[in-house]
Amino acid sequence: MAFPDRIERTVEIAQPPAKVWAALTTAEGLSAWFGQQATIDLRPGGSASMSFGGGHTADMRVERVEEPTVFGFTWHIYGLPESDPRRTYVEFTLEPVDKGTRLTVVESGFAQLPEDAYRTAYEGNTQGWASELGELVDYLDAAA
Amino acid sequence: MPQPDVEAIAEQVFVALADPSRRAILASLAAGGPATATDLAARLPITRQAVAKHLALLTEAGLLTAEPGERRRVRYRVRSAPMQVAQQFLAALARDWDDRLGALKGHLDRNAGAKEE
Repeated sequence: MAFPDRIERTVEIAQPPAKVWAALTTAEGLSAWFGQQATIDLRPGGSASMSFGGGHTADMRVERVEEPTVFGFTWHIYGLPESDPRRTYVEFTLEPVDKGTRLTVVESGFAQLPEDAYRTAYEGNTQGWASELGELVDYLDAAA
Repeated sequence: MPQPDVEAIAEQVFVALADPSRRAILASLAAGGPATATDLAARLPITRQAVAKHLALLTEAGLLTAEPGERRRVRYRVRSAPMQVAQQFLAALARDWDDRLGALKGHLDRNAGAKEE
């Protein structure tokens, strides 16, 4: 399937896992390489946020905290409306190796659709608000 | 429930957007709200016949909705659901973990050089 649901990358970093962990899970670390400013409440269910240039911010929800090996969070899919509930899951896995740390990041969930999206995306000629408003206009026109 | 075929939905959006006349029609509807074929033909450098052909194709693909009405006064509006699916595809392409991980590596290397422990 050509639609990418999952992005996976691995890099080796010449630093011990503890250093990499701090860069991933502290406000100071995140703001040094990821966002311009960051906040993080490091516990499952905790919230985190990052701001980028141009006023864009990303709100994250911390999901997994297993120091110093697994850090996971979900965040909004960039470009979808704020009200869209779909989120992708990002998980960092740290593995000690001879020269430092092997860091793997997996972001998944790009191909997900909400329960009713299939119907919503294909349903022909959805009436919805357009016709409701049309009826209201007709009603007011008739009354005038 | 059948497995949603996100790829097929995204493909329809990209096929629609590949044609400059259809892009112009979609952009005009997105910017100005629902409009009839006649409105669009007046607004865009496209003949009414060509506008009608593109509107039929876009409606068939589920990218537009024809509001009920008398034939020549039917107004078309953009349906956002398929666009949001295509947006997810673009979001995956735009994530750019390569640059981010490069920045992380650079940050940790600089840090190590600055204060050796």
